[in-house]
Formats: sequence, structure tokens, C-alpha cells
Amino acid sequence: MADDIESIEYVTSLSRPAKGCAGNTGEWRVFKPVKDDSKCNNCLICWIYCPEACISKEGINIDYQYCKGCGMCAEECPTKAIEMIKEDKF
Amino acid sequence: MVTLKSLPEEELFLAGSTACHGCPSSLALRIAFKALGSNVLLIVVASCTSVLQGSYPFSAINVPLLNMAFATGGASASGAVAGYKALKKRGEIEEEPTVLVWAGDGGTYDIGIQSLSGAAERETNFIYFCYNNEMYSNTGTQRSGATPLGAWTTTTPAGKPQHRKDIAQIMIAHGIPYVATVSLAYPLDFFQKMQKAKSIVGTKYIELLAPCPPGWKFPSSKTIEVSRLAVQSGMWLLYEHENGETRFTAATKKIIEGKVRKRPVKEYLDMQGRFKPVLEKPEGKEAEELLERKVTESIKRLKGWVPEYI
Repeated sequence: MADDIESIEYVTSLSRPAKGCAGNTGEWRVFKPVKDDSKCNNCLICWIYCPEACISKEGINIDYQYCKGCGMCAEECPTKAIEMIKEDKF
Repeated sequence: MVTLKSLPEEELFLAGSTACHGCPSSLALRIAFKALGSNVLLIVVASCTSVLQGSYPFSAINVPLLNMAFATGGASASGAVAGYKALKKRGEIEEEPTVLVWAGDGGTYDIGIQSLSGAAERETNFIYFCYNNEMYSNTGTQRSGATPLGAWTTTTPAGKPQHRKDIAQIMIAHGIPYVATVSLAYPLDFFQKMQKAKSIVGTKYIELLAPCPPGWKFPSSKTIEVSRLAVQSGMWLLYEHENGETRFTAATKKIIEGKVRKRPVKEYLDMQGRFKPVLEKPEGKEAEELLERKVTESIKRLKGWVPEYI
């Protein structure tokens, strides 16, 4: 078991579990979720609803390397602490 | 009592998969793994999950996984369970892993039903999980046996003229120990039902309504909202069937007890682009009323009502 692609040195006919098997899926993102710490009450709703496992349970940190920007966290946040902001590169 | 804080932090579905934005199947896998733990064999029959697990040589799923042919969900589970039993007898493993079949509605309602039925009849000890997105989303949103009345798919451009069949009731008729329906909008209910399924010996059938953003034509951020509205409008009923009794859970229970008002089916239909073609036509009103009647009828059936013609 490996945590990321770089740490796998050889390949066999089996697929191995690795983070980012589709590359850095953060590149797919058009809107970026940005959390406002002052509004966040740590209810964990965004964590449980993230389909990509990109939000950490401890501290509610968003992993921008893999976040696809679906916006489910911002939609479901009861305190509206997450805002979807358009990425600069687009 | 299970709360969000008490759910395990470990993720067995790894970030950076090939799933679409807002995919309900990847979210369901996350919650299912949290309930089942890491001692799981996942059997994936041909479905979106065959794709979203990632491409060779990497996989987004951190448990042993078998990719099987479309019709073989139940049959491959039977084989795997027998294999694990033999390994345990020989002393090669200490504990038999939970065998979890992950199939879409195509692999359950249409193509996989005979092998599932066979496995249920053989009382195979496994969990069959059907994530029902009501169409063949993986191959380009064609009609399936789970597509509801009036829904657009590429093979029913004017709206499907028939209503879906109720496969959870078919599974209850097999006399298996546990049948449950779950929704993404109620993750704790989902988690508890998965845990219960793990603790029961025998065939367990769990079905999830999986709103598919590209197929159902709604924004990817609305997956949970559509799931929630499906339950609140009665288009998806949450219940579990155990020891010959059906027990309603979560929001469905509140609606049936009269604590919460059921929302009109129209609200659910309006949220999705796939019902637009039929709602725009004069027959739209008729389809809406028919769906509303189907909801009332399925609630009555679950309460033990038998239609007069039987």
C-alpha cells in the first residue's frame, strides 16, 4: 500500500492503491472552495459529504491538490462558511 | 448514539479518483468503508465504479477489489465466500472478510438479477449493495429497469412510459435476513444500516438512490439536495426489513408518523433536467399525478397493504 504515486517503484499486473490515480484532479476545478474559519463551527457536515475525501476531519482542511470543486461542501454548509470562488487561471 | 464525530477518520477511498464532480458512488463508498472497516473484499460488477476506481496501474480503493462481468455480482460473491471459508478451515486466515458486492442499477435490476437471486437463495453470507442512479450512466445514460416514469434518457427522449420496479421488495420476497434502503442525505442512517448489515449472517441487500449530476441534469453541488428531496417527497423511501417486519427510518419515518409534511413530488421533478421534456408537454401533469399516486401506493404496500386484485 502506498500513499502517493511517487512512492511506487515498480508495477505488476495488479493495480495498487494510491492517492491521485487520475493525476492531480485539482486541475479540473473551476470554482475553488474557500473556508472562512470565523464562521466554521466544526460540525463535520462538509467532511462527511465530500465525495472525494478531500476534507480532513481534524481541522477541516481542504486538499486543493485533489479537490475537483464540485461545490457540495459549500452547498451543504449550515453556517455558509465555505464559499466557491472562481479560479484565477480561468 | 452514532454522531458525525464518532465516525472513523480513516479513508479507504483515496482522493484523486476518476469520478465525475459530485459523484454519489464515490461518496457512498467512503461511508460504506467507514462502517465496514478495512477487512472487506469489494466485488465491482461493470458500472461507473469500474471506471471511477482509477486506471491501471493505480486504484483509488484501498481494499482488495475484484472487477467482474456485468451479470456476475451474486455468483462471484458466492465463489469468494466459499473460498474464504476454505482458507479459514485451513487456518490461513483468522477472520473471514466481509464480502461486499458493489453494483449499479443496471447490474442489479436488469442484468444481474438472476445471479443475485441465486446467491440469496443459497443464503450466501455477503452484502449486496446497489447504488441506483436510475439509468445506465456509465455507457451514456440509457434507460434501465430502475428509471422512473417520465424520466428522459438517451433511449427514452420523450420520457419513459413505464414506472420502475421495486427490487427491494423482490429481495424481501426472497426471505433474506436484512433489506434496507439508504440515502446520501442521511449519512448516519446509512452508516448504521451498513454496520447492522455487517453484523448479520446471511444475504443482505442494501440499496441507495444515487443522483447522478450529468445523467439527471442538475449541478454537481446539488447531489445531496436532490437525495434529500427524493426522500422528503416520498420518491425514495427509507426503511429496513428485518425478521419479517418493515421499519421506516430517518425522514421517511417522520413523514409517515405525520411529524413532517411530505413535500410534493413536483418539487423533486423540477430540480432535475431529465423530467423537463415530459413536464413541458400537456401529459406532464398526468405523469406527475401518476408518480404521486405511486408514492402513496408504495407507502401503503410497505405498511402491509395488499392490492384488491390479488
